[in-house]
Amino acid sequence: MAEIEKDAVSGRDTTGHEWDGIKELNTPLPRWWLYTFYVSIIWSIGYWVVYPAWPTLSDYTKGVIGYSSRGELASELEARDKSRTVWTDKFAALPIEDISKDSELLNYAMAGGRAIFAENCAPCHGASGSGIGSYPVLADDDWIWGGAVGDIYTTVNYGIRSTHNDTRLGEMPNFADEGMLGKEQVSDVAEYVLSLSGGASDNASAGRGAEIFATECASCHGENGEGVPSMGAPRLSDGIWLYGKTKQNIVSQISTPKHGVMPAWVDRLDDVSIKQVSVYVHSLGGGQ
Amino acid sequence: MNQAIASPSYNEDVVKKFVIAAAFWGIVGFLVGVVIAFQLAYPVLNLDLEWTSFGRLRPVHTSAVIFAFGGNILIGSSLYIVQRTSRVTLFGGPALANMVFWGYQIFIVMAALGYVLGVTQGKEYAEPEWYVDLWLTVIWVMYLVVFAGTLITRKESHIYVANWFFLAFIITVAMLHLGNNVALPVSWFGAKSYIAWAGVRDAMTQWWYGHNAVGFFLTAGFLGMMYYYIPKQAERPVYSYRLSVIHFWAITFLYIWAGPHHLHYTALPDWAQTLGMTFSIMLWMPSWGGMINGIMTLSGAWDKLRTDPVLRFLVTSVGFYGMSTFEGPLMSIKVVNSLSHYTDWTIGHVHSGALGWNALVSFGALYFLVPKLWNRERLYSLRLVNLHFWFATLGIVLYITAMWISGIMQGLMWRTYDTLGFLQYSFIETVEAMHPYYVIRALGGVLFLIGALIMVYNLWMTAKGKTRNEAPIALAPSASSAGN
Repeated sequence: MAEIEKDAVSGRDTTGHEWDGIKELNTPLPRWWLYTFYVSIIWSIGYWVVYPAWPTLSDYTKGVIGYSSRGELASELEARDKSRTVWTDKFAALPIEDISKDSELLNYAMAGGRAIFAENCAPCHGASGSGIGSYPVLADDDWIWGGAVGDIYTTVNYGIRSTHNDTRLGEMPNFADEGMLGKEQVSDVAEYVLSLSGGASDNASAGRGAEIFATECASCHGENGEGVPSMGAPRLSDGIWLYGKTKQNIVSQISTPKHGVMPAWVDRLDDVSIKQVSVYVHSLGGGQ
Repeated sequence: MNQAIASPSYNEDVVKKFVIAAAFWGIVGFLVGVVIAFQLAYPVLNLDLEWTSFGRLRPVHTSAVIFAFGGNILIGSSLYIVQRTSRVTLFGGPALANMVFWGYQIFIVMAALGYVLGVTQGKEYAEPEWYVDLWLTVIWVMYLVVFAGTLITRKESHIYVANWFFLAFIITVAMLHLGNNVALPVSWFGAKSYIAWAGVRDAMTQWWYGHNAVGFFLTAGFLGMMYYYIPKQAERPVYSYRLSVIHFWAITFLYIWAGPHHLHYTALPDWAQTLGMTFSIMLWMPSWGGMINGIMTLSGAWDKLRTDPVLRFLVTSVGFYGMSTFEGPLMSIKVVNSLSHYTDWTIGHVHSGALGWNALVSFGALYFLVPKLWNRERLYSLRLVNLHFWFATLGIVLYITAMWISGIMQGLMWRTYDTLGFLQYSFIETVEAMHPYYVIRALGGVLFLIGALIMVYNLWMTAKGKTRNEAPIALAPSASSAGN
């Protein structure tokens, strides 16, 4: 091996082989590279000593500090719960109506309620309760099932037409399909309903509709269409429409009504959270 | 000395086919990538059709760029390189090589059709169902026979370093593919199957596969390409044989352990997470060994970077390789991962590797191969290569910076608490905040795609034997007057 070829440019030895014109230099390993490699190995060995690392036949090495990620999570959650007990105890003790009387509690409920709302409610009701499609706006003064904080608390707990036994339940009859009203009558009553918020275009028709309304609709929606929250019968006189504001929309809601569903949250969120989110929702619009 | 020996007639025909397929699938893959990037920014582009929804097109993109574009250039390169560095033609004759080529293309088409029609195992980068897996197994064994047979019948006393990497790639991918796809079909003639592994074992097997697909397909295999194209194009010897030995074995040994870092803070036992993380850290230097060998091979030929845009592609790719293989170990550290995981940082990381390293080195390979395979004196236009380089580089920079910002931003938003200890942001608010970066990312992808189209035009004209009448890429006046 006395006559190893040297590379003319770098002056280094080659390995003496050549493949398709490619040669290789026999440059030693870069020192910094080798030492950094060693350090990363030593660091890893140190890490194995400290943390759980190697499986054994039936167990694994636990590491000297006794770390486990489940344990870490559990202790973090415990610490969080502990730091909150000063608040949560008060929430648990107070009836929902009294929470907003304490400004500190109200403040806390607003912060917690906002976070709970954003994760759980916003997908349907929109950020800040702005409503999406036929999911009601929560940021106005129109409450189908009542806007007092206690009403909201009940709605959140048990839902609307949910699977819970205590769910709020109300159903608009299927006037056309069940033959209670003819096509003309549906049209007239829709015209009348529109007139309640000043939107009618055919006064004669609306006049005929008024009589039908009095016999068929007023028992739930109120004599003047002011709504009856205890039955979940919406107010019809404020120009706020869940399923559309055109006459066509109203006709179809009389003939083949839609019924939205809200899940019951009582089994998904704890009572303190439901109280907070109820207070938050109550604050969004004109809570009653 | 070797030049004096008459060179055997190499099988270049099959390499040509792989080159054409790589260029074709590259464009397909980049295009679908651009489409799904825009879908993320503007969901209406899902078109409300199941076949064009993001969930189905995403695997079309990933498989097209990794296995179709990357796979074709990788297999084609390996077959080109193993012949020349062994001085024998392909083992098994043209027929076997052609079966590997066409079989591989059929694999790609079967896989992609399945994705669009909703046939999937739901395992990332291993989506194809059992019948496609079986098909690929047969093709892969034929590929191994061709490659290993050529090596065994070689006329050089030593095996060139590129071929070590190719062989590691072929064998390990076979092992990963088999291990991760142990599945029982539900019926004789149905596409649906269930994986044998359940729960966290399946997750661990999947990421053992997934990470080492990166390690042995996109790293080892492409390092094999690098070890041939860079010394050839720079006309310089490989920087360090010793480094190549050490980093080859270190990569091969260490990479296979690193998969669990994809499953930090999951049901995976803590000890496995620890091993995944520490082996990733130890992998940092072995990965950089390849970068050092690639870049330092230019010692004594740095000036060529100014005049040879093909070399610039190759060397820049190694730079991106170095960056990604630093970022990877960094992201495997658990505290860093708790911020980065499930965010776009991961997507940015993958693309700095995939676009910066794999695609750029593949472009360099295509520019290297086409004039040689079609017996042309030179490329149609070096200026277009240069233009492609800048489109691609700018596209990558837009892409990865947008993803860094959006990923780190989202990670931070997820863990921001208000003064009372409640989460500050909802998930949807983080999505909203990412929108502008999604648009920037998609534009980066458009630039990258345009660059690739320029390349295809350039290669097409080269194959046709045209040369563009253009001024050569000269040294900048100041540099040339300084006189190297």
